[in-house]
Amino acid sequence: MSDTTRPEPTSVAEVAEGLRSVGYLPGESTALVSYLATKLGKPVLVEGPAGVGKTELAKAISSYLGRELVRLQCYEGLDEAKALYEWNYRKQLLRIQAEAAGTGWEAVQDDIFGEEFLLARPLMTAISSEQPVVLLIDEIDKTDQEFEAMLLEVLSDFQISIPELGRVSSRTHPIVLLTSNNSRELTEALKRRCLYLWLDYPELEHELEIVRLHAPDLSETVARRLVEVIGMVRDLDLKKPPSIAESIDWARALLLLGVTEIDTDTFTETMSVIVKHRTDMDVVAERVGLKLGTPADVA
Amino acid sequence: MSPEGSVPRRGALAGSSAAAGGAPEGLPARILELGEELRREGVAVGTSELLDAFEVLREVSWTSQRDFREALAATLAKSQEDRRIFELVFERFFFRAVEVAAAREGITEESLAELGELTEAELDSLREQIAAALRDGSEGAMRDLARMAIAAFARRQEGSGVIGVDVQRIRRALGLRAEPQPDLPPEDPRHDGLPRDALRRFEALLRRELERAQIERTGSLPASRPLGELDRALPSGPLADLAAVHRVVTQLRRRLATQGLQMRGHRRHAHVDVRRTMRASLQTGGVPVELKFRPKRPKRPEIYVLCDVSTSVTSASVFFLSVLHALHDTFRKMRSFVFIERISEVTDIFEHERNFKTVSERISTDAGVADISGYTDYGRVWSEFLVQVEDDLHPRATVIVLGDARTNGRDPRADVFAQIASRAGRTFWLNPEPRLYWNYGDSVIAAYEQYCTAFECWTTAQLEDFVRALTRPVIAAGR
Repeated sequence: MSDTTRPEPTSVAEVAEGLRSVGYLPGESTALVSYLATKLGKPVLVEGPAGVGKTELAKAISSYLGRELVRLQCYEGLDEAKALYEWNYRKQLLRIQAEAAGTGWEAVQDDIFGEEFLLARPLMTAISSEQPVVLLIDEIDKTDQEFEAMLLEVLSDFQISIPELGRVSSRTHPIVLLTSNNSRELTEALKRRCLYLWLDYPELEHELEIVRLHAPDLSETVARRLVEVIGMVRDLDLKKPPSIAESIDWARALLLLGVTEIDTDTFTETMSVIVKHRTDMDVVAERVGLKLGTPADVA
Repeated sequence: MSPEGSVPRRGALAGSSAAAGGAPEGLPARILELGEELRREGVAVGTSELLDAFEVLREVSWTSQRDFREALAATLAKSQEDRRIFELVFERFFFRAVEVAAAREGITEESLAELGELTEAELDSLREQIAAALRDGSEGAMRDLARMAIAAFARRQEGSGVIGVDVQRIRRALGLRAEPQPDLPPEDPRHDGLPRDALRRFEALLRRELERAQIERTGSLPASRPLGELDRALPSGPLADLAAVHRVVTQLRRRLATQGLQMRGHRRHAHVDVRRTMRASLQTGGVPVELKFRPKRPKRPEIYVLCDVSTSVTSASVFFLSVLHALHDTFRKMRSFVFIERISEVTDIFEHERNFKTVSERISTDAGVADISGYTDYGRVWSEFLVQVEDDLHPRATVIVLGDARTNGRDPRADVFAQIASRAGRTFWLNPEPRLYWNYGDSVIAAYEQYCTAFECWTTAQLEDFVRALTRPVIAAGR
């Protein structure tokens, strides 16, 4: 991550180029929506199957723009103390104990509810940061609706009220990305405030480009074959279809093994890199593995 | 107005006339009309979305079709389904808008009259070119070839006047099929069959060009009609339904896991959260007046599902089986049974088989539930179920019955059902019949309804209602 913050981009092509330069190959709409997000300062809701690079997009934007990435990983039961702020009660206790006798209650109270005793959680960090940041709220669909409602307030005004301290408003405008695996329908209110980006598995050529970028030493033919096979595997009804990250892992594994041709044997041996469920493995071995043929057939 | 930019001739004309007058006149009005059209198709487009769209269009040039469409989609369509409807509406809306403008200004396509009568050899080469374009999936080539094909076949035979019929006629005449055609020479791209989606795209292009020609001939637009249910459904059909069911069932799991009666009786075991208690005590000068407790971790629910697979629920049983399939995907502690006259446990089948089709086949062949008559016997089913699971049922278990409660005149044995319901923590009944038909004929749902909560359930929307209803009483009790 560079120290200098890059100025705001002025065209879609510039964003696409910038994301490429940090190793993320954006699709058409991805670059466009990223550009709009920097321009309009609206949060972006990114949805799509697991492993298509939703989180990766946020990281890429942050390193392209040279902004710090603040990440809030959502889970069931996430509450405000974990997302916004919390008082550092240990430090407060120490402060009280260290207090010389005779200090008035008022003075102590003012003291221990100062910024010094505040533990900033991700949302607070993002809002109070001096430098503009990229805020990633990951897997928002894992939280409850109550948390979503609280988030609305933060996302629309970019400020947080702390009863003891007052209001903390954002000094800079963060770029906000929310990701969702679509396991729960998000509320209309939240969607209304966001730009929407649907990320799907990339087209064959696009994925080939991605694989070639991350495993440049793999030969063109093997890479193409690999992407085709991944496409075939994704077409099956699996518990967990292989993600882009797994295509890349597989490409690297094949590279390490020095494979020059993907046939049934290599496929069965290395299949565990892309398929991670026992039942899925059976299906894939049967449907895809046999189709690939033995080296003799290929020759 | 040129989101049609990629149609070379027409787009260039329309674009230049608009560019001459600076900003395209009436663009805001067009966008509002588009929003209106989307609303008619059931996409929730609010005023704030439209304002966003205008804001976005200030940043994105309207002369690039791709950016224009993506920018509008990002602001107007906020889910995958909406996005699909958006694509269809967008396409139709601007196609019509451009055609209206063209008809008004009297612009027609350059005719392909110079093509003349094609010889058989030329036709063959056209066939091969089209097949090659389909195999490579190049959109531009397909569009041009679609126009050539229409011109060529318009001369050989009369159009039927019905666009759908003409499209299929041309496709057949070109010998384009998704299945492999082994009697063709191997170098022919059609030999191994053509990609299905490319074929679909080519058909769409044919349809569009035919429509365009028709509009030119008559000088008027056909009436626009709302998208049919078929158009707006996701392309994969049953699999998409399955996906929707899976999504709802995942919600169901969360509700069952985090809320519900599993909490009962756990208060005794509350642990004091020292940290939060100390924090609270600060307000009372360090004296812990108010105790704070650790959150209680709910135990994982156990589920028993009974699914009717008799002929009276044939239409619903695919839906039920997909619910069952999705439940198995989500819960580990789950046992499922199918029944007609007798009961049969199918937990194993679901655990070992992923593919939904195989599962349903195996259930219909191996489950062995039909016995002699093939009519549902609920009384017997309850007794058998109780014998099988009596020792395992406990207050943390949830029993879900999927069935129509039609006993074919046999004894409903509601007393046995009551025993099951009293041993289990919660009992739900999902009935695939509209509530109107309940308790008519041999339906005895009323007898069971007093021991369980019954829901009408034959679409995913209703399944979602069921999931939502699961939480309601619990929240009310908590207050």
